[in-house]
Amino acid sequence: MATTDQNKTKKVQVRRFKPEENPEKHYLNQEKGLWAWLTTVDHKKIGLMYLASIAFFFFIGGVLALLLRTELLTPAQTFIDADVYNQVFTLHGAIMIFFFLVPSVPAALGNFILPLQLGCKDVAFPRINLASFYIYVIGAIFTFISITTGAVDTGWTFYTPYSATTGTSVLMMTLGIFILGFSSILTGVNFITTIHKLRAPGLTWNKLPLNMWALYATSIIQVLATPVLAITVLLLAMERLLGIGIFDPNLGGDPVLYQHFFWFYSHPAVYIMIVPGFGIISEVISTFSRKIIFGYWAIALSSLAIAFIGFLVWGHHMFTAGQSSLANMVFSFLTFLVGIPTGIKIFNWLATMYKGSIDMKTPMLYAMIFLFLFTIGGFTGIMLGALAVDIHLHDTYYVVAHFHYVMMGGMVMAFLAGLHYWWPKMFGKMYNEFWAKVTAVVLFIGFNMTFLPQFVMGSQGMPRRYFNYIDQFQGFHQFSTIGSYIIGVAFLMMFAYMMHSLFKGKKAPANPWGSRALEWQVSSPAPLHNFDHTPVIIHGPYDYHQPMSEFQLGIATSHNGHHAGEPVTVEKSVTDKV
Amino acid sequence: MNRLSEYMLPPAKSVTAETTDALFTFINNTSLILLAGITVAIIYFSWKYRRRSDDDVTPVISHNNKLEITWSVIPLILVLIVFSWGFSGYMDLRTAPDDAYEVKVIAKSWLWEFHYENGYVSVNELHVPAERPVKLVMRSDDVLHSFYVPDYRVKMDVLPNRYTSLWFQTNEPGESIIHCTEYCGRNHSNMNATVFAHSQEDFETWLETAASADDDMDPVERGEMLITRNACDTCHSADGTRLVGPTFEGLWMSEREMEDGEIVTADENYIRESILDPNARITAGYDPVMPSYQGSLSDSQIDAIIEYLKTLQ
Repeated sequence: MATTDQNKTKKVQVRRFKPEENPEKHYLNQEKGLWAWLTTVDHKKIGLMYLASIAFFFFIGGVLALLLRTELLTPAQTFIDADVYNQVFTLHGAIMIFFFLVPSVPAALGNFILPLQLGCKDVAFPRINLASFYIYVIGAIFTFISITTGAVDTGWTFYTPYSATTGTSVLMMTLGIFILGFSSILTGVNFITTIHKLRAPGLTWNKLPLNMWALYATSIIQVLATPVLAITVLLLAMERLLGIGIFDPNLGGDPVLYQHFFWFYSHPAVYIMIVPGFGIISEVISTFSRKIIFGYWAIALSSLAIAFIGFLVWGHHMFTAGQSSLANMVFSFLTFLVGIPTGIKIFNWLATMYKGSIDMKTPMLYAMIFLFLFTIGGFTGIMLGALAVDIHLHDTYYVVAHFHYVMMGGMVMAFLAGLHYWWPKMFGKMYNEFWAKVTAVVLFIGFNMTFLPQFVMGSQGMPRRYFNYIDQFQGFHQFSTIGSYIIGVAFLMMFAYMMHSLFKGKKAPANPWGSRALEWQVSSPAPLHNFDHTPVIIHGPYDYHQPMSEFQLGIATSHNGHHAGEPVTVEKSVTDKV
Repeated sequence: MNRLSEYMLPPAKSVTAETTDALFTFINNTSLILLAGITVAIIYFSWKYRRRSDDDVTPVISHNNKLEITWSVIPLILVLIVFSWGFSGYMDLRTAPDDAYEVKVIAKSWLWEFHYENGYVSVNELHVPAERPVKLVMRSDDVLHSFYVPDYRVKMDVLPNRYTSLWFQTNEPGESIIHCTEYCGRNHSNMNATVFAHSQEDFETWLETAASADDDMDPVERGEMLITRNACDTCHSADGTRLVGPTFEGLWMSEREMEDGEIVTADENYIRESILDPNARITAGYDPVMPSYQGSLSDSQIDAIIEYLKTLQ
């Protein structure tokens, strides 16, 4: 144990707490009824409410995407007109980004898993956690009002001056996003505090699960970047309501300034979306390779490095926007620097698999799909970071494809890996492994059919956000549309087997994957207060060379007082009582 | 592998396209090699190290400094190459030669106007001399647009409050498509134009005669041609379909209600005013979004358009 600060190390008496299989009482059946759910401060239930909400938004966003792809079967009008098309792509983008991607891992999976991985009863501010959920709901309501009062057709970027002149309810939607931002900030503050203050005894920073490092990095970005979005939206509102010229050239404003403001948030936001995915992949690959993670510190610190450098690259969205060549050079350079820590992670994950004991269960399969698709997303990002090439590719389908490879191929696949990984802990049920794997393969095929042709189209010069297009692209568009239908089928299959699992699935053991991580050392579904004892951590979560019994330790006496994550020395266990 | 990049890229018709394409090909090929390596590793490891029994013991390999430095430094070198290459190519794209032929571009929702040195204005047709650098100085009349010629690998946003510019040089006479690539509303995807590259002599001839080239046409045919050439038909149909603006069918001499309740007869003066000062009077139920054609249509061309509209009863 910690040698340098031996005198700070606390001695604790521990004994083994084996998780109870098929517990009679757990967080899902204690405190029943709708009201108990709506007013719960339990992070797990709040996580599930977020999960249900983002699943709903993902469904809406997905249906919108299928409408778009169907319209693009032919040039000009297929079944909806240009105005509707423009509204639909705006909504697809806004919903998927602000209502699905940003909260997906931190607020849904993160909320559920963070206290379990830290060995605490809940997040630091449980009521703020519940408040953040309702703020999210209120933001969503405003956005829906904006749809019903005349949909927005500006694209999810709301670029001025178009967004200032178009006769649609941009204000209402941006207000919704403004409100939503507070939900994101509060979650971030909550997570940072919890990670700092509520770690179990012995859970020092060098034993923190990589998923926690990833959520920590994400939370920092959420807290620092989201206010800039709020400022931008406020300025936009001031301009439209009070006529103060900020972005609108008719009033003496500067439209490029808006782009700076917007991307100063929205580029880091891309890392809010993807970094938590990195955390999940680290957990999944280590667990299903049953092997210690390779390069723990490299993975942990690269998340922080990405979070930091991610703040300095927003200008790469604006290479053709009219900013100076010097600015373009600096932003291009910094963009490439972000690529390095990302590449390091990929190699570390591969090295973790080397000489492992690999069990290709569904979460692992999704992790492998992630590795492949995200690598393509990364390489095409390098392409777009190269100045001369970006001039050609900017605002074409190449960007659309790149973004979807990173966000759907990367983020959504990581999310699905996490969902399948923690599903037994959430619901105490197993899903049908066979159908889950078949679905993953169908999804993989559909995804590539949809987005690979878009790289070719984009390189050939097909601009994005085009309702109409020249005939030479029709074949690619049709192929892409068929692919999108296959994605749709895959998600229907997933919905079917998950519903089956919920209602008729086999009961899940406490630790179906044989993981050493802390959340798997409690019963499935998790107990109401996560741990009926104070867990004590003496090994890292990936130390598969240590016996399972040493991962199930808790303070033997009733005395529960401890300081967050302070190092411990373990006094020989009392008895191996269950 | 170069075949793939050739397939992915449109024909390279400008002098700078070669650098862009070479870098595109380099990144594509390097990425494919690395992706293949990573994919093989994923599949090989998944098979070779598959779980044989639940009691499998795995080695403790927590890190390896040499390996980690290697896979950090090699990608770093690669991206530095890509960065420098991309930057130098970009500087070439940004630095127009001094002897460039200058054309002024005004983007309007949803058309492109090209203003030449002799005062002639063409709409949605950019005529340029080949084998000579051409510099476009651009501004927008309304929202953001972006000027993009895939064949030339050039793109630049067009802004309402400042001038932006780009340059290109094509060495072969021919045609290439121009797209707007910054979303600008309903007809964004119809805001296309064509660049015609002529030999120097042909270009000079064109420039001298362009203003009077259609003078001798039959007025109705000329009007129909001008409607297409000036992108009027992006927003006004000839068959009664409602687009962004009112249809031309049945327009001539009809009684029309304006936004302010005024009733106007669509006669010569109304049509002329609608072309040159479109927002002076707006037909009820439509938005004031039409750009002015002041300066880009001559009086005799407006006469021809009126003659053509008379036929659309």
